Amino acid sequence: MNMIQAINSALDVSMERDEGIVVLGEDVGYFGGVFKATEGLQKRYGKTRVFDTPISECGIIGVAVGMATYGLRPVPEIQFADYIYPALDQLVSEAARLRYRSAGEYTAPITVRTPFGGGIFGGQTHSQSPEGIFTHVAGLKTVIPSNPYDAKGLLIAAIEDNDPVIFFEPKRIYNGPFDGHYDRPVAPWSRFPESAVPTGHYRIELGKAKVVREGADVTILCYGTMVHVAKGVVEESGVDAEIVDLRTLVPLDIETVAASVKKTGRCVVVHEATKTAGYGAELSALVQEHCFHWLEAPVQRVTGWDTPYPHSLEWAYFPGPVRLTQALKRVMQD
Amino acid sequence: MTGRNLPPLSLHVPEPSFRPGDEADYSSFPMPVAGAVRRPEIGAAPAEMRDLAYDMVRVLDPEGVAQGPWDPRLSSETLLKMLRSMALTRAFDERLYRAQRQGKTSFYMKCTGEEATSIAAAHALDYDDMCFPSYRQQGLLIARDWPIVDMINQIYSNRADRLKGRQMPIMYSVRDANFFSISGNLTTQYPQAVGWAMASAARGDTRIAAAWCGEGSTAEGDFHSAMTFAAVYRAPVILNVINNQWAISSFSGFAGAEATTFAARAIGYGIAGLRVDGNDALAVYAATQWAADRARSNHGPTLIEHFTYRAEGHSTSDDPTKYRSADEGTKWPLGDPIARLKKHVIGLGIWDEDRHAAMDREVAEQVKAAQREAEKNGVLHDGLKQSFDPMFEDVFETMPWHLEEQREQMLEERKAAGI
Ligand SMILES: Cc1ncc(C[n+]2csc(CCOP(=O)(O)OP(=O)(O)O)c2C)c(N)n1
Repeated sequence: MNMIQAINSALDVSMERDEGIVVLGEDVGYFGGVFKATEGLQKRYGKTRVFDTPISECGIIGVAVGMATYGLRPVPEIQFADYIYPALDQLVSEAARLRYRSAGEYTAPITVRTPFGGGIFGGQTHSQSPEGIFTHVAGLKTVIPSNPYDAKGLLIAAIEDNDPVIFFEPKRIYNGPFDGHYDRPVAPWSRFPESAVPTGHYRIELGKAKVVREGADVTILCYGTMVHVAKGVVEESGVDAEIVDLRTLVPLDIETVAASVKKTGRCVVVHEATKTAGYGAELSALVQEHCFHWLEAPVQRVTGWDTPYPHSLEWAYFPGPVRLTQALKRVMQD
Repeated sequence: MTGRNLPPLSLHVPEPSFRPGDEADYSSFPMPVAGAVRRPEIGAAPAEMRDLAYDMVRVLDPEGVAQGPWDPRLSSETLLKMLRSMALTRAFDERLYRAQRQGKTSFYMKCTGEEATSIAAAHALDYDDMCFPSYRQQGLLIARDWPIVDMINQIYSNRADRLKGRQMPIMYSVRDANFFSISGNLTTQYPQAVGWAMASAARGDTRIAAAWCGEGSTAEGDFHSAMTFAAVYRAPVILNVINNQWAISSFSGFAGAEATTFAARAIGYGIAGLRVDGNDALAVYAATQWAADRARSNHGPTLIEHFTYRAEGHSTSDDPTKYRSADEGTKWPLGDPIARLKKHVIGLGIWDEDRHAAMDREVAEQVKAAQREAEKNGVLHDGLKQSFDPMFEDVFETMPWHLEEQREQMLEERKAAGI
């Protein structure tokens, strides 16, 4: 399975097990979603469980919170993460805080699925990585898979979780892993072991990172598309780096992160989002708090620039192999 | 474009009819006649009732006699129960307002003059219908006989506050009374109510939802998203707009009232819209019952504008004499909802002045006793001495490590500070 099929399968398996799960969003019903992630679900589960909505993100999330209050488990889709801002108040002030403000009387177990990230020539309105905005909000969980197998297991766990989850889908790797070399052909997921996705139900616990490559000299902390960029760079540069795929940003698997950095003594943090006050800042601070005495060099951040995503200069913006290689060099020199 | 021989443009900024120092004069207020408005079948198409969004459903005439097709013909028992809930709500407001002035809590909001809009509505709904209120619908809880001690505990943020002292006073949450957790962010409850109603419909349930917001709040985007979703999915929901004519210091003109009515917002969405005399408990009851029957029979949503008047300040932090005429409230031609219902039941021969005076004493005593009971659990400022432990609870279902860590840190800080 590719990542879209894995996500579709997660929705299918979940909806079959739990009648309370409903899928809503722009174009998700009849058409099956612009990325086809919800294809076939309406046919299988009917229009009252899988339906198209007006183009109103605030409405989609507001309605989902109400449905969750009723006792359903909505999985709303925001067509592109760039369009999540009109729903921000419903996510930040409502979904995130409902449990707290009602002292547990009401909860909003919704899973907001949304494709994010660049690398598809989407310009500044189809490329953003707003995960840092959500990790900053108390009460929201933030999940980002990097391959089909994880996507399915994490999405099922997110849907079954009783807290609101924002599930960011790195759309650049929907069809195959992408190492950042935009001028080289991308191999489809079917050539990789992570495409062996079981058809049935399984979960990947939220809050557990995965060491995708063991190494001795430096730890690379990454998630989503950047996991594959990191893998490519490590292969090409020959640096013996340990690559940690975070998978969940909140709650974060600090144990795996700290154990790895203590082992290697060096750390590079990679993400596609803008740098200032991004999630990388949080990671650097955590590494500094937990591993200060083990560090042999300052933590390096590899990120997108603090500008909107420029359409024609997409590859100058994307934190690709060159930027990561330089950071690895810097961190190894110290 | 220069050189065009046109007068300069001018920007229209609305102004209310009366400001401080002005004498309020409602002689030109077109007083709609009680009983004059037709009552369509519950299945009627919204397009066939556009007139109802501009007219005003009224049942009680100036003598307190029920008139016309909207008379809900309530039993004596229901009429007197509504009267009592309204009187209790007013007594509750008066006492808790004073409690705030005495420093027992930080904030309070009265609904004086608007009691009918929540209490009559609550009586027309079923208990298991889900309410998504704003902050001025304490009447819903009182009509649903929720213990007022519990409400006061919340207002005091004391040890017995079920919300663990986290919410501002009056931001109740009572799941057992089908009363949603109140948000301080205006109008967020609107799409949520629609979603709840959609879920109920999708599940083949029989319960419906109702939401309330102020006329000022209709300007929020959430209002319009909610209307769109309610119309598109024919959600079994009643969307109430309490037009009390003031949004803090901004008169209703700033929400668009000069151009049209709030009920008429329904027309563009193809939703049934009713404009109702919000100070007429029988009209509110009848409109809510009509809308509820409509929703329950799969005829979809109704928007009800309750035309009323905010007789007191916005909240304890507000001084309305700074921005509106002092006698506006007393001259307000639609009267007081309690006085009007009282006149009606006396006219029916089921009530009298003596019983009314006795009831007023009883409800005042009831609130006083509840307040004493609540104060045993502390008031706001000793509330701060209660356990800090729950501060980190309920952020997530189970506490992640970073919150555990911060909780430890806070406990250490408190120890270091000697508290
Ligand atoms: C999103 C949001 N914006 C602003 C406020 C501040 N605020 C609180 S009440 C209020 C006025 C609301 O007026 P209205 O909707 O007419 O209701 P009323 O108070 O008259 O019952 C304002 C502006 C808020 N609470 N939430």
